[in-house]
Amino acid sequence: MTDLVLDPIMLGDDALLAAQRLAEWASRAPTMEEDVALANIALDQLGAARLFLSLAGDEDELAYRRDDLQFRNCQLVELPNGPARTDLDFGWTIAKLLFLSAAQRQTYEVLAADGGPLGEIAAKTVKESAYHLDHASLWTRRLGDGTPESHRRMTEAVQRLWAYTFDLTVDRVAWLGVIEPVLAEAGLARPADPDPKLGGRVGRHTEHLSYLLAEMQVLHRAHPGATW
Amino acid sequence: MGEGLLDQVAEAEAELLAAADRRLSRGDDVQAWFDAVIEADQKVEPRDWMPDDYRKGLIRQIAQHAHSEIIGMQPEGNWISRAPTLKRKAILLAKVQDEAGHGLYLYAAAETLGITRAELVDALIEGRQKYSSIFNYPTLTWADVGAIGWLVDGAAIVNQVPLCRCSYGPYARAMIRICKEESFHQRQGYEILHTLSHGTPEQKAMAQDSVDRWWYPSLAMFGPPDTQSTHSAKSMGWKIKRHSNDELRQRFVDMCVPQAEVLGLTLPDPELRWNDERGHHDFTEPDYAELMRVVAGDGPCNAERMAHRRRAHDEGAWVREAAAEFAKKAATRKGEENR
Repeated sequence: MTDLVLDPIMLGDDALLAAQRLAEWASRAPTMEEDVALANIALDQLGAARLFLSLAGDEDELAYRRDDLQFRNCQLVELPNGPARTDLDFGWTIAKLLFLSAAQRQTYEVLAADGGPLGEIAAKTVKESAYHLDHASLWTRRLGDGTPESHRRMTEAVQRLWAYTFDLTVDRVAWLGVIEPVLAEAGLARPADPDPKLGGRVGRHTEHLSYLLAEMQVLHRAHPGATW
Repeated sequence: MGEGLLDQVAEAEAELLAAADRRLSRGDDVQAWFDAVIEADQKVEPRDWMPDDYRKGLIRQIAQHAHSEIIGMQPEGNWISRAPTLKRKAILLAKVQDEAGHGLYLYAAAETLGITRAELVDALIEGRQKYSSIFNYPTLTWADVGAIGWLVDGAAIVNQVPLCRCSYGPYARAMIRICKEESFHQRQGYEILHTLSHGTPEQKAMAQDSVDRWWYPSLAMFGPPDTQSTHSAKSMGWKIKRHSNDELRQRFVDMCVPQAEVLGLTLPDPELRWNDERGHHDFTEPDYAELMRVVAGDGPCNAERMAHRRRAHDEGAWVREAAAEFAKKAATRKGEENR
């Protein structure tokens, strides 16, 4: 497992698909400030994706010319922003971001300490992840401890997404050490561990990835060899 | 944009700083004082007395501008998910984010006139206030992202650079900041079209088609011809507006012609030619009847743009309520701790 999440393709794919999903919020966020913030986080993720993928090859070749079975991201990041494919549920997005950013911060810290080409990138991205985690934690508290409606929605998001959190990081205990206090402070129950949804790291994905790639890759693939 | 326009932004900024050093002393006659401030090219500030119509006119104009930034996120945002390279995706996402930021400064500038952002957002959602009609046209291909940057942002800059010298301080300051960012937007649009125009035959055709569709709507962004403009005279007297619609439209045409040549794209106007006598290009006016139809709500995407904004507003309501409730609880807890 250790080798798996320290691979630049996996790190790049996680960040790329997180960016693609977060960018779906542009012009649709609950407040204007949040529109700016989500775009900021999407830009950070996209920047990280480009650095990691460029370490493994040509960033556009990797992003636009691979099929879904060749992607190595965790399933969490490819899931839509809500329970169904076209939903935009802010609680889901925040729960996904909370789980992902805690894992990314942890992984980047380890990589930055190790040095090397991955470490150089991680030293930059770890600061961004810390901000993403802060942002997601604050909203988790607001929604968990806001209105009964927001509490219900956030509970459902955390419960439903929990099964997708088992291949985010090499050290789940450390990850839980970050997540559990945030959930507790937000008044949200820590879900019981279900059967983990794994497979992303070996190219087994959900039904959602193929749709995401169809949209992301359509223009690039329609003009083979063109420069943009 | 032409370097000349950025120089004008810098000059406006210098004038604004200089004006702050020579405030006029205020006597009892507030109207006379206001007139003297305008006459002396000084800035009116939020706590100053100002005529009711000046305040209302500014609220209308700044709100319309803020709404345009927010609605304007949609046509370009339409291509973020499909941008053809990761670099282009990052640039476009950053651009759409800037527009949200511009919307925020402008609502804040309007709030200095004694209205709240919530009231203005309601006015937009309920269709009581307008946004720029240009955003009611669809973005059908990737080249449209380039055409919006080059033509739409280009027209916006030509309109907005003079507003950097507007008599109302907060608006002038917001415009200085916005114009600096808009010049990047225009450059990236131009660069997208340049790349497409020098790419494959399909890409070049895509670029030409987008310019064919966006040229006349961009000309219409300067508003009706001077003979029909309803708000212009008063606004010019108050030094909110500095040039007429037709002057600005001409300036824009003159700026675009040499740029189109470098792009290798044709502006879709067979009558477009240099007039030595006038020292300007002659050109075909946009279809103002079409402009009026789009303004009245009957453009290609008016209904979609409004539905999109209403949906985002409605679906975000539970989040805003939760944030307000959380803040209230946090304040209560803090109060109890301090007791």
